[in-house]
Amino acid sequence: MSGLSSTGADLELDAVTKRFPGFTALQELSLTIPAGSFFALLGPSGCGKTTTLRIVAGLESPTSGRVLIGSDDVTATPPHRRPVNTVFQSYALFPHMTILENVAFGLKRTGAKDAYSRAHQALQMVELDHVAARKPAQLSGGQQQRVALARAVVNRPALLLLDEPLGALDLKLRRQMQVELKDIQTDVGITFLHVTHDQEEAMTMADTIAVMNKGRIEQLGAPAELYELPRTAFVANFLGQSNLFTGPVVSSKGDTIVVDVAGRKIAVPTARAQRHAGDVTIGVRPEKLLLHTSDPGASAGVNVLGPGRVHDVSFSGVSTQYLVAVPGVGTVSVFAQNMVSGPVVADGAEVWVTWNVDFGFGLADEPSAEPRFDPDDDTQAIAIAQRKRIEAELEEA
Amino acid sequence: MAFGAFGAAPGAVEVDAAPQRRSPVALLLLLPGLAYLALFFVVPFVSLIITSLQMPDPLGFGEPGRYVNAFRWENYVEVVTTYWPHFLRSFGYALAATAIALLIGYPLAYFIGVKLRRFKMLQALLLVLVIAPFFISFLLRTFAWKQILSDNGPVVAVLQSLTILPDDARITGTPFAVIFGIAYNFIPFMTLPIYTSLERLDLRYVEAGGDLYASPASTFFRVTLPLSMPGVISGTLLTFIPAAGDYINASADFLGGPDTAMIGNVIEANFLRVQNYPVAASLSILLMATILLLVGLYVRRTGTKDLV
Repeated sequence: MSGLSSTGADLELDAVTKRFPGFTALQELSLTIPAGSFFALLGPSGCGKTTTLRIVAGLESPTSGRVLIGSDDVTATPPHRRPVNTVFQSYALFPHMTILENVAFGLKRTGAKDAYSRAHQALQMVELDHVAARKPAQLSGGQQQRVALARAVVNRPALLLLDEPLGALDLKLRRQMQVELKDIQTDVGITFLHVTHDQEEAMTMADTIAVMNKGRIEQLGAPAELYELPRTAFVANFLGQSNLFTGPVVSSKGDTIVVDVAGRKIAVPTARAQRHAGDVTIGVRPEKLLLHTSDPGASAGVNVLGPGRVHDVSFSGVSTQYLVAVPGVGTVSVFAQNMVSGPVVADGAEVWVTWNVDFGFGLADEPSAEPRFDPDDDTQAIAIAQRKRIEAELEEA
Repeated sequence: MAFGAFGAAPGAVEVDAAPQRRSPVALLLLLPGLAYLALFFVVPFVSLIITSLQMPDPLGFGEPGRYVNAFRWENYVEVVTTYWPHFLRSFGYALAATAIALLIGYPLAYFIGVKLRRFKMLQALLLVLVIAPFFISFLLRTFAWKQILSDNGPVVAVLQSLTILPDDARITGTPFAVIFGIAYNFIPFMTLPIYTSLERLDLRYVEAGGDLYASPASTFFRVTLPLSMPGVISGTLLTFIPAAGDYINASADFLGGPDTAMIGNVIEANFLRVQNYPVAASLSILLMATILLLVGLYVRRTGTKDLV
């Protein structure tokens, strides 16, 4: 891929606010994306991620704030003068042009002499040079997606924007495209800004993920970091699933804090907790939990919850999910690897749940589960709603 | 690279090979249309061809309107040598009027179909306004223009008082008035098909054009205009074809004068006044053939089959 060797430029958003009539899509968003990175904006629909992308592309202008690419302020620059290309969710391939004309479109506008040979080169990169003479309607969805990618990458933009480009593909093709998109990014070294609501897609592909909610960035970091140490209930539940417990901190000596959850003492490493006093919300990922059919007893470095009763067992091949009702705590979700054949415990069994203290995390949210005056603005309320929805889905299944 | 995994994915469009069954019901439903065409197109057309080849009745003693069937192909040669200036004028006027109607109709259609997309009520209101002239008869409207543009009318008076027009100048009876009248009458026929195309235009293509470094003007000529070509083609055809045969605007009773007679006026005069039926019929056939030829070339040239 020696032909495509331009490296990207830094993207900086400085206190960008976007208001539409009736609602605020972005609230003072500040963000720096270093050159050459693969950055994902992850969030549910309506969180402002697509608005952010459109502001970077120049298709929307921010109400206030600045957009900088490299060190140039492009806030007032029209889209066709920005060194940015977009892979649209709908691909937006021009239906009246051939694939080759589509890919050469941007190059011809900038007056490149070798537009067609470079377009062929880009089509070879996505292994579609043999369809260069066809019209977009004659291609499958996956092929159109690759053409859209070639059409954007061929211009060697400083920044490539991807607006849920895999959303329209079926699951298998999407998995393949995720790997291939990542390969291309590694090859061409352009800065990629990828917008998605698919947390698995974001985690597979991106170097850095910003989880967005209600026009703000909730948390930003490497995928593993976000997953292992979510800072808010929204992140804990949007990125995978979490078991969350709420209670007052009863002691915080040494390197752990101890939280009283309905009479049980649960320890969390101090370094992994955002708040160290008062009522806090703590959590643990379902796959970190172990099921026991007899009381394991207290031991150092292990949290124990139980006894509880298994009220749902759902087998999903690789693992089995158990929902355990623990009196006073609520439902605890446990993912167990299927290392033996069949479920380890049956529906209705009495079990204890344990996990290594090191796996727990403490959240920064205010722990009140009661709905506030404006529950829409509250990440906790969203997380609870999300959790209820997931539970309802599991019930149905 | 990694794309090899599914590089061999089927790319060609699968064509449904199963032959379509012909249902007798479909043919039955087609029958009224076919009968209509046979009765009102094929029969008059054959009759017109026969008339165009007639010769004066040798027993008619020069009385007008008496002709007998013959194969007098010289009729065609005579009308071409006599009336070729009218043919040229007709197509020239029609072309100019189509161009003017396109220049007025396209921006109008663009404004209603694209700019007002979010305001459905306003869009509907403006569409009604585009069609509103149809509520009044075509003849009345043209006659109204004659009044407005007449020698004693307000337009001439104002232009003369501003010394833009000399005192002895007039507007009616000039090619300008005829072309203006035709363009005016056909603007709705131009606007509506273009509106239909633009109203369906996916604005994401326009955004993609801007994203790929095309300036707004470049995006218009390379994306918006090509994608609205079906509307432009139907609009220009709906304007050009009737305009070439128009005989109201160019008539001396309306906006025209003796020097602006189009082929339609010649046909009308020969059929209704002079009663020279073979000349009128052969002119009609020639007009039809010329339009067919021009339209065929135009549609071929603009390549409608490649459009979506």
